[in-house]
Amino acid sequence: MSSFPPKEKALGMYERMYLIRKYEERIYYLFLEGIMPGTIHQCTGQEACAVGMLYDLRKDDYMASTHRPAGHDLAKGVSLKSMMSEMFGKADGCCKGKGGAMHTGDISIGVLPANAIVGGNLPIAAGVALAFKMKKKDNVVVCFFGDGATNEGSFHETMNAAAIWKLPVIFVCENNQYSATTAISMVCNMENPAADRAPSYRIPAEVVDGNDVLAVNEAATRAIERARKGEGPTILELKTYRHVGHSRNDACGYRLKEEEAEWFARDPIPNFRKLLLERGIATEEELSAMESRIEKEIDEAVEHAMAAPYPELESALRDVYWQEVLN
Amino acid sequence: MAVMSIAEALRQAIREEMQRDETVFCLGQDVDIPGGMGGAFTVTKGLGAEFGYERVLNTPISEIMMAGVSVGAAIAGMRPICDLQYGDFLFCMMDQLVNQAAKMCYMSGGTVKVPMVMRAPCGATTRGAQHAQSLESYFVHVPGLKVICPSNAYDAKGLMKTAIRDDNPVIVFEHKLLYGSSRKEAGALNPVGEVPEEDYTIPFGKAAIRREGKDVTIVANLLMVYRALEAAQILEKEGVSVEVIDARTLLPFDYDTVLESVSKTGKLCIVHEDTYTGGWGAQVGSYIAENAIYLLDAPIKRVATYDTPIPFSPPLEKFVIPSTDRIVEAVRELARM
Repeated sequence: MSSFPPKEKALGMYERMYLIRKYEERIYYLFLEGIMPGTIHQCTGQEACAVGMLYDLRKDDYMASTHRPAGHDLAKGVSLKSMMSEMFGKADGCCKGKGGAMHTGDISIGVLPANAIVGGNLPIAAGVALAFKMKKKDNVVVCFFGDGATNEGSFHETMNAAAIWKLPVIFVCENNQYSATTAISMVCNMENPAADRAPSYRIPAEVVDGNDVLAVNEAATRAIERARKGEGPTILELKTYRHVGHSRNDACGYRLKEEEAEWFARDPIPNFRKLLLERGIATEEELSAMESRIEKEIDEAVEHAMAAPYPELESALRDVYWQEVLN
Repeated sequence: MAVMSIAEALRQAIREEMQRDETVFCLGQDVDIPGGMGGAFTVTKGLGAEFGYERVLNTPISEIMMAGVSVGAAIAGMRPICDLQYGDFLFCMMDQLVNQAAKMCYMSGGTVKVPMVMRAPCGATTRGAQHAQSLESYFVHVPGLKVICPSNAYDAKGLMKTAIRDDNPVIVFEHKLLYGSSRKEAGALNPVGEVPEEDYTIPFGKAAIRREGKDVTIVANLLMVYRALEAAQILEKEGVSVEVIDARTLLPFDYDTVLESVSKTGKLCIVHEDTYTGGWGAQVGSYIAENAIYLLDAPIKRVATYDTPIPFSPPLEKFVIPSTDRIVEAVRELARM
């Protein structure tokens, strides 16, 4: 059992996990109803990874996400409203409607545009870390990727470079067992596709229960401290499971019901909620009030996004190149 | 004013920018190993000793990483200048250049900038098919990138400085036969030229008229500018007056200068070392046809590398790359029309 954080932090972590869960649920329904355009890659079930890793990051630390970015973005602090508006392609979305579900971010708080090329964010995160090192800042970068990304060439190239240059980056493999519909065990001859490779780069690694927000947070604390002290990168492999399909229209026909049942029982959110109550960190009333407030915020964000105007058409022709004046 | 080669002018531009702005740094394979060559073509030689090896970063042979690290460092406030050794290796980093560097600003709604320079030596130099290509056209096709190709020492310094200061990803094509570096290349020109000591920049999107003429307009870049000038001299003796325009930058491209020239000559010949089909000349030719076909008195001609990989054997290589003779022939034909 992990040591327990102070009340404010424990509740803060629960709040963010709950926000992510409800955000994804709401988007799923909006999508099924045909109200929301685009595609979706949801992180339902993986909330503890995002929150545990990012809860203690500073605003000026960076985070690099993937095609499944909502949890990471919300955990790092991208505004709910700007995320929801982006999902609808509206003018006040976090990318002005030019990014969409797979590219959400907010550079003003260190959130890189999410990257929809598997493994594409790895060297970019290393580059940000190199900039921190060259500028002699003690900032760090947290870079998320899936189990599938470990088979990309960019993974190998980036791990090698991060190791030789001792870059302040934490590489976080969210191993949800599947690369889209392919079980990772079919395409990688290793139990832990990220962590087992770490020794070959002489990068320290940990395998962590990705559904235990406290365990993730403790591992994050160790890795972040190492990075801030200039001791170089860490690979964390978080074992987790997505409760939903890879993307829209994926009914998960490739997964065994027994496997799903086992993982659903390890749902990070109700389990952490139970712990908060058992330990007397919060009362049922407190948690319910928090949950209602979050649901209301999501309702408001949806209402706002649906009513918000689309970008003017000519805006599609702008931002191809950096415009100092407009920014 | 000092007289110097393109390699020296590029080095001076990089050195001055590194002195001026501490966020500017170099990276690349062998970019400056003590006792090494200073990149493959001497451009970055000596910079490590001068600025330290943290700002002149020798990298593993990992093109995806080199490009991706450049993107990330640029986003986080640095100005990386990455040396690729051979432009052919651009394909090893295509995702980072095209999906990442070129799209970050746009995808983020104009909130993320990527001020990076990718230096890509190009041109056929009897090294065979994989160390030979002129790949400008691939990148001219990518909104979000800029593509430049300095052909003399003055431009090399001024355009490189503009590239380093630009807030967007810029790919610099440097021709291996034009460097004039200590590394000897068969068939190399050494276009040494006067380069001002002081700081100056050359804006992108401004072509240069290298020779004025009234009968036929040639638009060329890099090595082909010199072959076009040679052809113009030969044709002059035949009474054909050729105007030679050096494109200097391909994205943005200075269509106005070409339009103005064509409105005078009525005849256009485009010359590049890039292969024929889909080469940048195809874009320029169709732009002129689309916007100014009634200014033309003859069809647009294109002289380009034949649609083959670049062969090794020196006579074969020479055969597929546009020669002065091929340019003369094409322009002669235009002049007769």
